[in-house]
Amino acid sequence: MIQANSDAIIRMFHVHKRYGNKFALKDVTLEISKNDFLFVTGRSGAGKTTLLKLLYLGEPVTEGQVLIDGMNLSRIGQGRIPVLRRKFGIIFQDYKLILTKTVYENVALVLEAAGRKPRLIDKKVRSVLRTVGMEDRMNALPQSLSGGEQQRVAVARAAVGDPKIILADEPTGSLDEEAAEVIMTFLDDFHARGSTVIVATHDKKLLERRNSRVVQLRDGQLWSDELH
Amino acid sequence: MKRFFKRAINDLRENQFLAAITVVTIALSILIASAFALFFINAGELLTQWQKGIRMMVYLKPDVSEAARLDTKFRIQGVAGVQEATYISKEEAMERLKGQMPHHSALLENLKENPLPDAFEVTLEAAARDSVQLQFLSERIQALEPVEEVEYGQQWIQRFSSVINLFSIAGYGIGALFFMATVFIVANTIRLVLYSRRDEIEIMRLVGATDRFIKIPFYLEGMIQGALGTTIGLVALYIGYFSLSSHFQPSLASGLLTLRFFPVLVCVSIVAGGTVVGWLGCWISLKQFMK
Repeated sequence: MIQANSDAIIRMFHVHKRYGNKFALKDVTLEISKNDFLFVTGRSGAGKTTLLKLLYLGEPVTEGQVLIDGMNLSRIGQGRIPVLRRKFGIIFQDYKLILTKTVYENVALVLEAAGRKPRLIDKKVRSVLRTVGMEDRMNALPQSLSGGEQQRVAVARAAVGDPKIILADEPTGSLDEEAAEVIMTFLDDFHARGSTVIVATHDKKLLERRNSRVVQLRDGQLWSDELH
Repeated sequence: MKRFFKRAINDLRENQFLAAITVVTIALSILIASAFALFFINAGELLTQWQKGIRMMVYLKPDVSEAARLDTKFRIQGVAGVQEATYISKEEAMERLKGQMPHHSALLENLKENPLPDAFEVTLEAAARDSVQLQFLSERIQALEPVEEVEYGQQWIQRFSSVINLFSIAGYGIGALFFMATVFIVANTIRLVLYSRRDEIEIMRLVGATDRFIKIPFYLEGMIQGALGTTIGLVALYIGYFSLSSHFQPSLASGLLTLRFFPVLVCVSIVAGGTVVGWLGCWISLKQFMK
């Protein structure tokens, strides 16, 4: 097990999550340091997505405590939830792009929501779209893009606000090997720039490609936590 | 704020059909409620004009002496609410009648005896022109000994006043009903928009948008729809009013009444009211949706 450290940006203490009578997570205690690159793995239904959701308050914990960058999630009011979520850049397996908005608008939304000035928004959005190779498609609607392209836009959206933590839920789940590699390269870049990256995946190939910390869940319980 | 306006306008464009339904509904509600109000205002105006023109005719018994007549004049003028009492002899009354009925003057010439009574034409102070005061005044004057009859078209005034009062109550009722219906419809159309865009709203929340950031464009949409619907309703009413008044005005011009539209200030207030209705509908649906 990884020992507790003072550099932790995420702390979970004896966290339980229950849906009705069924436990999705059972007594999970976990610390994640700043600038960690962490894989959360396990079979389908092991609790990977639930664990990520608890971090950005997509779901409340049933029992236990979660601390994110000094914020105790069981104590923050409704009005502080947006502040918490701006600490994260989230990449969803189904991309979650707004279909009626262009690539540019989807990415710009994060900065608009944070109240950034239009000039800064324009500069940052163009820059991040350039990084993920989508600058020439910035006026396209998501439905006209391939899965790989949509995921690149999702990565751009996750990164544009310079978040402290990037959460990626099965980011390569529906992509071919080449597109998956591109996405992982971007995540490596963001990690290299100082972000903490947490990737939930059941793809063993991803775990083999690099030396990272891997947390394995089994039936909602923390089964192992080790460096690969 | 400019950014929120831009988003609101874009949202309205993207949901043109729902927006159009809301605007048309508001326009129809405003059209009907305002038509009622306009009718009420003009009918009220008509009543006021009639009341301004009210002259009480006090007919004297036959063979009243000049002294008694003078005494009666002073007594009538002494009654509170009376402005002036002018004596009209039966000869003068006949001349007036002939002037008013030029085609029947021959008929009037052939009368052996003047059947008209001597009378006083009584003008009234403004405060005495409502039906209750008129009734009171007429009873006071009727009580004078030389007076045969007092006439001022009381039944007409009373009936018309009651109709106007009835319209006034119905107008308020209908106004309140349309207000509630419009708020309900706006709330429901906004709710439909919210449901059709629930994924988008969820995504906004996930990327850290505050409720304020999400709500403001919806409020602006509601207010724009309210203002637009009200303006269209008023324009439609004005067109209806214009064609009606140009059709009826020539026959009304010779009478007491000139048809009127709402003053500009009232129009502005109605548009402001419609804007508030749009905001209120939005507030109701957002309150339920954003729990």
